[in-house]
Amino acid sequence: MKIVDIAIIGGGPAGLAAAVAAREEGVQNILIIERDNELGGILNQCIHNGFGLHTFKEELTGPEYAGRYIEKVKEMEIPYLLHTIVIDIADNKVITVMNKEQGMFQIEAKAVILAMGCRERSRGALNIPGYRPAGIYSSGTAQRYVNMEGRMPGRKVVILGSGDIGLIMARRMTLEGAEVKVVAELMPYSGGLKRNIVQCLDDFGIPLKLSHTVVDIKGKKRVEGVTLAKVDENRRPIPGTEEFYECDTLLLSCGLIPENEISSQMGVELNPVTSGPVVNESLETNVEGVFACGNVLHVHDLVDYVSEEAKKAGENAAAYVQGSLKENRRQIPLKGENGVRYTVPCSIDVGRMEEKQVVRFRVGNVYKDKYLCIYYNDECISRKKKRVMAPGEMEQVILLKSKLEEHGDLERITIRLEEA
Amino acid sequence: MEMKQLVCIGCPLGCNLNVTIEDDKTISVTGNTCPRGADYARKEMTDPRRIVTSSVKVTGGHLASVSVKTESDIPKGKIFDCVKALREVELTAPVSIGQIVLENVADTGVNVIATKNIYTDN
Repeated sequence: MKIVDIAIIGGGPAGLAAAVAAREEGVQNILIIERDNELGGILNQCIHNGFGLHTFKEELTGPEYAGRYIEKVKEMEIPYLLHTIVIDIADNKVITVMNKEQGMFQIEAKAVILAMGCRERSRGALNIPGYRPAGIYSSGTAQRYVNMEGRMPGRKVVILGSGDIGLIMARRMTLEGAEVKVVAELMPYSGGLKRNIVQCLDDFGIPLKLSHTVVDIKGKKRVEGVTLAKVDENRRPIPGTEEFYECDTLLLSCGLIPENEISSQMGVELNPVTSGPVVNESLETNVEGVFACGNVLHVHDLVDYVSEEAKKAGENAAAYVQGSLKENRRQIPLKGENGVRYTVPCSIDVGRMEEKQVVRFRVGNVYKDKYLCIYYNDECISRKKKRVMAPGEMEQVILLKSKLEEHGDLERITIRLEEA
Repeated sequence: MEMKQLVCIGCPLGCNLNVTIEDDKTISVTGNTCPRGADYARKEMTDPRRIVTSSVKVTGGHLASVSVKTESDIPKGKIFDCVKALREVELTAPVSIGQIVLENVADTGVNVIATKNIYTDN
């Protein structure tokens, strides 16, 4: 059986950054396993600009951003397998993979970095009534068709969900000659970044209907139109508010879900809020030597943060195989509450943490003029006013090791929102 | 004096910008967290511009199309002309990042460049 020090599952932005970081720490025997026919992951179809301002201090498109890391991986001669799918990881880190050339085979790894990314919520998961005609796509599928395969999914488009990919596709389809009639969003706020509302919808006069959903899809062979209705505060359609839109295409941009089937099969504990692994300060899961980063851990808005997180996972995996990762002694649980939906990481070992620990989280609603508070046990140690927080924008706080060390009796750390 | 609120599109942070245009046309900007925000607001009030990204056909490559972008931002009013012009372009692999795909697109004085490497398919 082939034996590697670090196996990285997925050759997208997270896998690439983790591989580069692990090699920089001196690990030679690394293997990236990628199921697509090239490295770069979802960035290959994200041809729009706006990537890399943090990492490279310049504005790049998705393929350019991926290209920088692919170059590094190639320069460093880090081995990778393309067209190869992982079908199982056993809890002893024996990975079963499959590809056309070699068939099915196994690889034993000393450490594993999970970097499989996420998947779009499908129509089946949304419970939209109506027939199942052609012309219903997830936004990401449409994005791949238009940007990489040169195919247009349709001419008259309605988009359900205001996630970033949906907004980006509203612009892209418009530029390619389609008529995007409306973007409907179930929630009373957008799920995407503000900048994308401005440059993808406002620039082209595409209406965004908040608190609206699709209640019917017309057409048996091909979509002929969809009916939108306004929803009440419990997200139930309000009778009498239905409005019919003639269209041949419905794009769905209704959320992303970390792709963790193989993680849970191997016994990695998942956080029900994020659907990503529960990790500690080292981005290590409950299975020793198995690390997670990028969208498989929690869905990010910025690839720059994915790279940053993946670098840490790569460094820690390297330390693990080199035997220099400090022993896991006492994990202090880290919890989000009162509007803070989750935190990554979920716990911190003060002995293992770096001087600065970035804690990322999302809030559950749009909040204005709230205080973001950090508690050590029952003591509030930080209280900062935030003008606006929204579920579509990931937030972060930084915990300092020096501060945590002063609290020897620390049982729990809580991040919560409070009124003025 | 005129006040306007904008959302910066310079990066995904999306800062809320407050723009004040004095009667003598001087523009002041607050709410930006980096100099790009102030630049964006000034341009948006006087000459709104955008970077345009698209993809063009490639023959003989590992993929059938390559992603491209305008090398710098172009006037908003020229966006559709730019995309239309790109529809006529067909490249032959290999294509490398930064390669000029179309010069002076839609008379903007701006070149369109490739944003991805396309290898010959063999």
